[in-house]
Amino acid sequence: MNRNKKRLRRSMMFLNAQKPGLIIDPYIYKPDSIMLDLEDAVAIREKDAARYSLFHALREIDYRGVERVVRINGLDSEFWQEDIRCAVAGGADAIRIPKAERAGDIKVVEDAVAAAEKEFGVEDGRTLIMAALESARGVMNAMEICDSSERLFGIALSGGDYTKDLQTTISGTGVEMMGARQHMIIAARAAGVQCFDTVFTNLEDMEGFRKEVETIHTMGFDGKSIINPRQISIVHDIYTPKPKDIMFAEKVVREIDEKKAQGIGVFTVDGKMIDIAFYGGAKRTIELAKASGVYKGDL
Amino acid sequence: MKINNPAIAGTLESSDCLVTVEPGTGSVELDLESVVIHQYGHQIKKVVMETLKRMEVEDVQVHIIDKGALDCTIKARVECAIFRTANQTKNLPWGGAIR
Repeated sequence: MNRNKKRLRRSMMFLNAQKPGLIIDPYIYKPDSIMLDLEDAVAIREKDAARYSLFHALREIDYRGVERVVRINGLDSEFWQEDIRCAVAGGADAIRIPKAERAGDIKVVEDAVAAAEKEFGVEDGRTLIMAALESARGVMNAMEICDSSERLFGIALSGGDYTKDLQTTISGTGVEMMGARQHMIIAARAAGVQCFDTVFTNLEDMEGFRKEVETIHTMGFDGKSIINPRQISIVHDIYTPKPKDIMFAEKVVREIDEKKAQGIGVFTVDGKMIDIAFYGGAKRTIELAKASGVYKGDL
Repeated sequence: MKINNPAIAGTLESSDCLVTVEPGTGSVELDLESVVIHQYGHQIKKVVMETLKRMEVEDVQVHIIDKGALDCTIKARVECAIFRTANQTKNLPWGGAIR
C-alpha cells in the first residue's frame, strides 16, 4: 500500500491552478493538502494554460511536505485525460475526480493514471486517487466507490452540486446535507478510506464555519475542504487532540497493555469504565497527536 | 516548431506575465517589459530563450509584459502561447520539450 494513503488530511485548500499568485507559496499557511484546481475555477478558454502552470509548479516549487492533489475536469469533458497526463508527469501526489457516481468512474481514472505513470516513468502506484461525490446517485453509490480501487484514499462531499441535485439549497443549518454526510462517513469507514466534508463559502461567518467543523469532526470526518487560508487554523484547532485527551489516551493504552497481560478485561481509568473496545480510539488519538506535532510522549 | 499564427498566454496580474508570440522574420526577436527588469531582466530573457530552444522555435517574435513572474510561470506562459499557435492541446510532451 502507498504509505501516504492514510496521511493526515485535516485541511484541503482549493487553489486555481491557472493563478500563479495563488500557487507559488500556499505552504506558508500550512494546510495539510492543497487542491490544485483544473476544473471549476478555470475558465474553458484557459484550461490549457492551467496545465502548463500546474506542471511547472509541481516540478519546481518546493511545497515543503504539503500534499499536492490535482482536481481534474469531469469525465464528461474533453479535458480529463490530458489533465491526468500533465498531473502525473508533474509528480502530483493524488488526483481528485469530480462528479464521481459509480465504481466504473474510478476504474477509468485508475487505468489512465496507471498508463500515465508508465508513460512518464513514475513509480507504479505512487499517484493516489480521491473521489468527490456531487449527486444523489454518487452519494447512494458511496460504498461501491470506496471499494473501487486500491489507489483510492478517500471520498469528499461536494455540497453545492449535491444540494442542487437534491433540488434544495445550502441553508447554513446543515440539515440538507445531514443524510449524505452520515451515509458517506459510514461507507468510508466500512471500506477503510478517509472522508472529507464540503467547503464553507461564507467567509464572513467564521463562527458558522467553526460550528460546521465541530459537527463534521464529531461525525468522524477526517477533514474539510477549504477555500481561504483564514479557515485553516480553525480546522486544525478542532482536529488537534487536546492535552487532556492525549493524557487520557496514553493512560488507556498503557492500562490496557498492562491489564491484558494480567488477564483483566474490564477496569477503570479516571473513573471511566474501560475495556479493549477503547484501545483503537486511544491509539488513533495518539497517532493524530503525533501527526499534528503535539505529542511529546513515548508511545 | 514553426510559428504560423499569433497567440497570447498569461495575464497582467501580479506574479504573472503576458506573452505574445507572432511569426518571425528569420530569427528569434524578444521584447521584454518588466517591473523588475533591472534586477531580473537578464534571467527572464535566459529562461525565455532556453524554453524556445527546447521547443525548437527558431523564427518568432516574442513580446512579454512581466509582472514579477517566477521562472516556472514564464516557462508555462511561453509554452502555452507556442502550443496555442499550433492549436495542440492533447498528447503534449510533458517532461520532454515541456520541462
